Amino acid sequence: MEKREFTITSETGIHARPATILVQAASKFSSDITLSYEGKSVNLKSIMGVMSLGVGQNAKVTIAANGDDEKEALDTVAETMKKEGLTD
Amino acid sequence: MSLLLDGLAASSGITIAPARLLVGSDLSIKKQHTADENHEVARLHDSFALSRTELQALSQQVHHRLGQRAVTIIDTQIAILDDPTLQNKIIDRINSHHDTAEWAVKKIEDYYLNIFEHKNDNDYLYARATALRDVTKRILSHLLNVPLPDPALLDHRAIFVADNITPTDTAQFNKRYVAGIVTTNGGRTSHFTIMSKTLALPAVVGVKNATTLIHDGDMLIVDGIHGKVIVDPTNDEIEHYRLLAGKFAQEQQKWGALKDKQTVSADGRRFEVAANVGTFADIIDAQEDGAEGIGLLRTEFLYMNREELPDEEQQFTAYKRFVAAMNQQHVVARTLDIGGDKKLGMVKLPREANPYLGFRAIRIGLARPEILRPQLRALLRSSVYGRLAIMFPMIATIEEFKQARAILDEEKDKLEKEGYQVAKNIEVGMMLEIPAVAVMAEHFAKYVDFFSIGSNDLVQYMFAVDRGNQEVAYLYQELHPAVLRMVRRVIEAAHAEGKWIGMCGEMASNPIAVPLLMAMGLDEFSMNSSQILRIRSLINQLSTRKLQPLVHRAINAETAANVRKLVEEYVPEVKI
Repeated sequence: MEKREFTITSETGIHARPATILVQAASKFSSDITLSYEGKSVNLKSIMGVMSLGVGQNAKVTIAANGDDEKEALDTVAETMKKEGLTD
Repeated sequence: MSLLLDGLAASSGITIAPARLLVGSDLSIKKQHTADENHEVARLHDSFALSRTELQALSQQVHHRLGQRAVTIIDTQIAILDDPTLQNKIIDRINSHHDTAEWAVKKIEDYYLNIFEHKNDNDYLYARATALRDVTKRILSHLLNVPLPDPALLDHRAIFVADNITPTDTAQFNKRYVAGIVTTNGGRTSHFTIMSKTLALPAVVGVKNATTLIHDGDMLIVDGIHGKVIVDPTNDEIEHYRLLAGKFAQEQQKWGALKDKQTVSADGRRFEVAANVGTFADIIDAQEDGAEGIGLLRTEFLYMNREELPDEEQQFTAYKRFVAAMNQQHVVARTLDIGGDKKLGMVKLPREANPYLGFRAIRIGLARPEILRPQLRALLRSSVYGRLAIMFPMIATIEEFKQARAILDEEKDKLEKEGYQVAKNIEVGMMLEIPAVAVMAEHFAKYVDFFSIGSNDLVQYMFAVDRGNQEVAYLYQELHPAVLRMVRRVIEAAHAEGKWIGMCGEMASNPIAVPLLMAMGLDEFSMNSSQILRIRSLINQLSTRKLQPLVHRAINAETAANVRKLVEEYVPEVKI
């Protein structure tokens, strides 16, 4: 299992657009990927889950991947978050 | 009996066609139980599948229009449909509560909206909730067999009537059938107005209760010249407006002949009528529409839809293309103007209580030279390919202008030392959009090569009014004697120092304002290119000398309404 922590720096948090892009990116991998925030975990391939978390600016989140392509999956997710301006 | 509705003229022209309402269909449902859960689940699957097909087609269209990388609210809706979580929750509800599919959809939508709304971060709630509401609306429309209003389905000429036209709506328009637009919301200078002008569609915005007073199929006259909408017109009215529309079209025909001539008033004074452009496609329009130059090149487009700041080379390539395309006609480039209502992903800006009064435009440029310097270098390098001028937006003080100009001179020296060619005669000016600058114009005039009056912001700041706020938009009065006095003052200040002065806000293409501006001596009028020939034709017909008494009376009038009346009486040519 791979696990990484991120701080969301974007002013609007994970709103609908970056949530869509994150889910699209995560869905390309076979590993189970979860997003955790304030004690709750959701499937990063589920947009309803991601949007329900309501991750705002300065939130500390953990993303964990478990499966054959877990490392690659986390790299891609991290890169996507940066590209979308969610993290610095 | 016909019904006359008043609004704000957003885009000129007259159109007569039936109304097509773009408003929510009746998707109300009642709590109902079923004895056949499997049937309800099957209906649910069908409605998801149909919705997905529709949205995918729509997504294709939007991507085609906005580019493959544009992820829109439609993609979010597709992601919601593709997420088994939502569908499974609805199916669970059908099975456990014996709900009909519609009722289960409604309950699960409420469940999620409740979660979304209970989060404390309210800034982006709207987007998440909207995406979910839009997609459940579509699912319900299939379950209930009620069609959703879909602008793409329009198959005959009609006038769209809506509360608001969103970018997603316009992405779906079939331009062939859209005859005009009427909206209840929207100030005169909102994004939508600019867009309808670009599409050259007659449009009237801010028409109160339009979506309740107008019904699907009602015959409408949209008078985008005077900001009026007539519902169920009488035969006489239709006749009258046909004549007017014909006259307008005739005028338009005549305008074609003006393209290759200079803009000269009846008493021989030369003016320049230029275009405001934001993309290279606009340059092509500007040339076709008879622009005598580019009075405002918005450089923001280079920074949109990308993750990093464009580097000097990328900017140079783009600017060179613009400057070269206009041959020896001048191109006035404005340095990056973000902040206020314009945000960019890659430039992190602090959250502000009053963005319009905050960190924006040249204030960002001076504080973040890593943004301004490469832009200036790229502009300077492009200067050898034509006739470039550079201006800084939102200058408030002499110090700011001197500081910006010093950075420009420094980069120019550096470039020359590095062996680059830079044109010798680049004019350096500033936007005049802050009242304090207008008051101090004679001092600024010593340091600038030219001014460009940004009337939209100037009027907003003068009247302390947000032109996008419907409640107060009426206070946005560019014809007000206060504005005329200020404009006259800055024109005189510029000319006293031998500098030229233009205007690049909406006011420059307002036919009521133009006679006054030309008589006051404004040198350059810059506008959306669809308005250029109309304004050139107007200027050609008028004599600045004969207009002087009108200017005197307008400046001394008490209200904007008085000014309008005076001009309409004195200059019958502005009527069309």
